[in-house]
Amino acid sequence: MEFLSYDVAHMLAGGMVLVSFMLLYQDRMYGLLKVFALHAFVLSLSVAWEALVQDAPHLYITAAIALIVKAIIIPLALRRIVIRLNIHRTVETVAGIGPTMLAGIGLVALSMALMLQVTPGADALSRQDLAFALAVILLGLLMMVSRRNAVGQVIGLMSIENGLILAAAGANGMPLVVEISVAFSVLVAFMVIGIFLFRIRERFDTVDVQALDNFRGDR
Amino acid sequence: MLLSNGLDAVLVIPLVSAVILAFLPGYRSAALVNVLASFLTFLAALTLLWVRPLPGPLLQVDDLNIVFIILNTLVGFTTSVFSATYIAHELETGRLTPTHLRFYHAMYQAMMFAMNLTLVANNTGLMWVAIELATLSTVLMVGMYRTPEALEAAWKYFILGSVGIALALFGTILFYVAAEPVIGQGLDAMTWTILIKRVAEFDPALLNVAFVFLLLGYGTKVGLAPVHAWLPDAHAEGPTPISAVLSGLLLNVALYALLRFKLLMTANTQAIAPGPLMITMGITSLIFAAFMLYRRRDIKRLFAYSSIEHMGIITFAFGMGGPLANFAGLLHMTMHSLTKSAIFFAVGHIAQVKGTQKIADIKGLTVSHPLLGWGLVVGVLAIAGLPPFGVFMSEFLVVSSTFSRQPYLAILLVFGILVAFGALLLRLNSLAFGEPKGSMAPVKASFVPMFVHLALVLTAGLYLPGPLVRWFQHVAQLLA
Repeated sequence: MEFLSYDVAHMLAGGMVLVSFMLLYQDRMYGLLKVFALHAFVLSLSVAWEALVQDAPHLYITAAIALIVKAIIIPLALRRIVIRLNIHRTVETVAGIGPTMLAGIGLVALSMALMLQVTPGADALSRQDLAFALAVILLGLLMMVSRRNAVGQVIGLMSIENGLILAAAGANGMPLVVEISVAFSVLVAFMVIGIFLFRIRERFDTVDVQALDNFRGDR
Repeated sequence: MLLSNGLDAVLVIPLVSAVILAFLPGYRSAALVNVLASFLTFLAALTLLWVRPLPGPLLQVDDLNIVFIILNTLVGFTTSVFSATYIAHELETGRLTPTHLRFYHAMYQAMMFAMNLTLVANNTGLMWVAIELATLSTVLMVGMYRTPEALEAAWKYFILGSVGIALALFGTILFYVAAEPVIGQGLDAMTWTILIKRVAEFDPALLNVAFVFLLLGYGTKVGLAPVHAWLPDAHAEGPTPISAVLSGLLLNVALYALLRFKLLMTANTQAIAPGPLMITMGITSLIFAAFMLYRRRDIKRLFAYSSIEHMGIITFAFGMGGPLANFAGLLHMTMHSLTKSAIFFAVGHIAQVKGTQKIADIKGLTVSHPLLGWGLVVGVLAIAGLPPFGVFMSEFLVVSSTFSRQPYLAILLVFGILVAFGALLLRLNSLAFGEPKGSMAPVKASFVPMFVHLALVLTAGLYLPGPLVRWFQHVAQLLA
């Protein structure tokens, strides 16, 4: 049982890193949204497994929030925005897929090397969760810098938040306050972004952030 | 019941007023409620000097944060007075509609609530939530004019702020992971008052990594050099009262969070010393911002860069550590808040009366608008660090305490301060003197907030009352 619980947790957290890589190379808007939903789904499985293993029922709530809000509501809402704004063909990446993937591999190696080094005292489960979480966070950052599109950046940001929830769930008995607040803040953040997207569209007829840069005043 | 002590009051008053203001039509009454609520919050903060509730699991008032709370609520109050006249003008010119104003006032109080909550939080997680709330409420206000520039500024602030906040949360989680084996699971492992007692037993390697994330994350919100990019845009494109609270308050609040973690780091002797990291970021910000000051064409951006410069000096001072440098850092933070918000009060009225923020289009203010012009002159001289103002004294203390310990660093510090000094005087000369350019229309403004701040800064430069000095020294000891 001991080994099984560890292996499943390992697989699920590793799965999140894998889905983060899938996010990196998506070049279609719909594909991006679907993969993000998958990301959130794997997160909710992973958190639910932590709840079972750690015998921490409050984590089930976190898992449910991840599933309902992030895997279902947000992707659907973003999909509606994409349809309404008619931007599903918009694919703007800064660098090619190859270099981006290579940079991603480097980042994952970095986070493994760093986190496994500094947490010899922590138990195996939270150790590998933290390492994978850092990898997801760094991949999310990479995604944000490699996309010019506002929707792409927002999804990058939310994948970072997924990584944070993975880390928080992996930390033994971390109080619920934080997890709910994370979910809550993502919700608020999403509303803000939604408003922004519409206003950006009103003004520019595009959600390419590059268009905003042209309006940057004197730096 | 809820208002039984000052601690609850500094949270409840802004929160309740935010709700009221969200439903209150009519900008006059809203502005009045805003001023009144800010004033009551300030009074409530003052009562904390005498009656201090015991630290609870979530909230606490101690000798360190009370300085920040009083400064925060004071500048919050004076800015609300300035905001009342500023906003009336924006309504006349049609840049804002009454609906915007309702939103603006509600957000103003929500932001005050979030900042006060950050300062009194006794829990690392709660503090993080409060800073996130403060970020979101200011993002909404920065984008309020809905011009393309304002949207760009708000978007950039939002994205960079969120990334910073995310890194800070990861640092917070790592801190919990380090604390959990020693303290045990649950809220206790995130409570400042408990952490500080046991931190010496934590795993140093984990603390090191955690602090790097916290420094980068909260450092973004402080506006330190490599991660400052949001700051000038957010200052320049939002309403000027928001620029004043951003510079005067929000940067301090983020710095406070960093200071709390620095305290923990120094209490663990085996972890890396946080000082050198903070010194490096501080001095980089100072010198970078000092040079950037020369190329500014927008008056609000000019003073935004000046804020980066001063946050650099303050971070540097706290990084140096030791009673004298900490004392200087605290004093400089207070002086900078008061002076910079006074400057933004002046700049707000100037931009309104001239109808532009371009430095090239504003000339001869002392001739066209003597009161406003001279107010700006006094403010800029003060922020540039000329005697007899308080900023001079605090900068002098930072420099002299550095000279006695690290002479080479002191040379860099003085160099940065002098470069910034030159830039500010150069710009001030064209802004304040010479042939007036632009509108000569009289300005409808309340000068009281600006002159109150400047008078406080001048008084502090000439004479600091004994009890205040002892208080600051006591806090500086705590930080050492």
